[in-house]
Amino acid sequence: MVQPLLQVRSLDVRYGAVQAVDGINFEVEQGEIIALLGANGAGKSSTLNAIAGLVPTFGGEVQFDGQNITNLRPEMLPGLGITLSPEGRRVFGTLSVAENLQMGAFGMKDPHEIAAAWDRVYTLFPILAERRDQFAGTLSGGQQQMLAVGRALMSNPKMLLLDEPSLGLAPKIIEQIFELITTLNQQGVTILVVEQNVSMALEVANRAYVLANGRIATSGAAKDLAASTNLQNAYLGGA
Amino acid sequence: MELFLQQTVNAFALGGTYALLALGLAVVFSIMGLINFAHGELMTIAGYVLMYCGLAGISFVFAVPLALLASTFAAVLMERVAFRPVRNSSGATMLVTSFAVAMILQVLFQNLISVRSQPVLLPEALSGSIMIGGLVIGVNKLVAIISTVIMLIFLDRFLSKQKYGIAMRAAAEDFAVARLMGIRANTVIAGAFAISGLLAGVAAILWVSQRASVDPLMGFTPVLKAFIAAILGGLGSLRGAVAGGFLLGFIEIYLAAFLPPALQEFRDPIGLGLVVLVLLMRPNGLLPAASLKAEKV
Repeated sequence: MVQPLLQVRSLDVRYGAVQAVDGINFEVEQGEIIALLGANGAGKSSTLNAIAGLVPTFGGEVQFDGQNITNLRPEMLPGLGITLSPEGRRVFGTLSVAENLQMGAFGMKDPHEIAAAWDRVYTLFPILAERRDQFAGTLSGGQQQMLAVGRALMSNPKMLLLDEPSLGLAPKIIEQIFELITTLNQQGVTILVVEQNVSMALEVANRAYVLANGRIATSGAAKDLAASTNLQNAYLGGA
Repeated sequence: MELFLQQTVNAFALGGTYALLALGLAVVFSIMGLINFAHGELMTIAGYVLMYCGLAGISFVFAVPLALLASTFAAVLMERVAFRPVRNSSGATMLVTSFAVAMILQVLFQNLISVRSQPVLLPEALSGSIMIGGLVIGVNKLVAIISTVIMLIFLDRFLSKQKYGIAMRAAAEDFAVARLMGIRANTVIAGAFAISGLLAGVAAILWVSQRASVDPLMGFTPVLKAFIAAILGGLGSLRGAVAGGFLLGFIEIYLAAFLPPALQEFRDPIGLGLVVLVLLMRPNGLLPAASLKAEKV
């Protein structure tokens, strides 16, 4: 049996006395799109941040590509082939678009690989090429999201962690973002996406895990979950 | 008019030194949220290296790079030994740590070197003066202004063109996300300290060249002024630190030159009053940092 690309075992994240993630297990196979769903405060972002090393894990283990990356410092991950595009985009607003992308390729040494990464990102997002000398802070929300994803792609990752890529964007832009997720996946990038936009996420994902109160409440194939009528009411706070 | 121009040259020289020091504080603060009050002791170290080089008969031309090397190295060492263990602590913890480092170094200077002020041998040329357009300008003032300009250009090029410079700006804006890019926290912070040490070294040489002496508490006053300058400019903002440094230099020199003799003893309160006035109008400083909100990790 082939080992999953990302394997999370009994992951435990605590902020002081608050238990944000309570012993969850899940895995992502090479080439999949996996959605992590749940209401506000269910522990979705904490899970991603713990995988990326931004918050310490209290217990459990994270395996990526056969390596134990539990509590590894965040700066080590791009070199291993996994990057996080954080919640709220967090582009460097005082840097130009090109400088943001250059930072995404910070750890890369091979000039050919770097040139290929620029090509790929500018082909995916022609608007970023057009605005390369503009401060990232002056871009629209949708363009900033593209920059955040482009920046995460610059290190040529095997796996991309996306935290709420549709947050605060217009419906039309959200559609583009989900199309992009499919495109990237077709290019061979494995994707773990945290989303509040359940219907869109289930449309593109292969499988999904639904978190509630730091635990996995339910999981399964995306189309089965999309068909289940009580998913919204039970775990996602109505809406 | 001539007096005014003369004093303007003096203001640029003093303001430039404050600007370099304020920049050193701002570089470190912008990256890790630490106000390093031991920055002054980096100056003192550079000053003592100049003194010992003079005693050993080493030419000033070699003493200057040695002094810069010493303050840069000391800054990196300071980070490694004193500040890395408290890196993720609150601003207050780091501030108190920096006071402790400053005091330990002051006591070491007092016990190992001398409590008293020591003369520093300077090249004759520095104490001369030249005539430019009817103005008599001290060579040391001119050197101060030129050195400041060179340092500012150097730093600006580094931060805007070099990969590591851009990484420092990225880390100053959002440290956590910079790390996600693969930018190593230790490298960036050590780099920030190295730059601050270099700036402190240049400022020390300029400071000593006006006074020709060094004492264990030499760094305290200029760094306090630089701290005021950094606040005036907007704490954590590099351009603000430069602007604040020059503004404070101008305020001090013009007050000293043009305040009536009866008011001279109130010079400092009046100067600080002006600083407060500026801050009342611009509470975040002249050129505030882009991202005070960004979380420091």
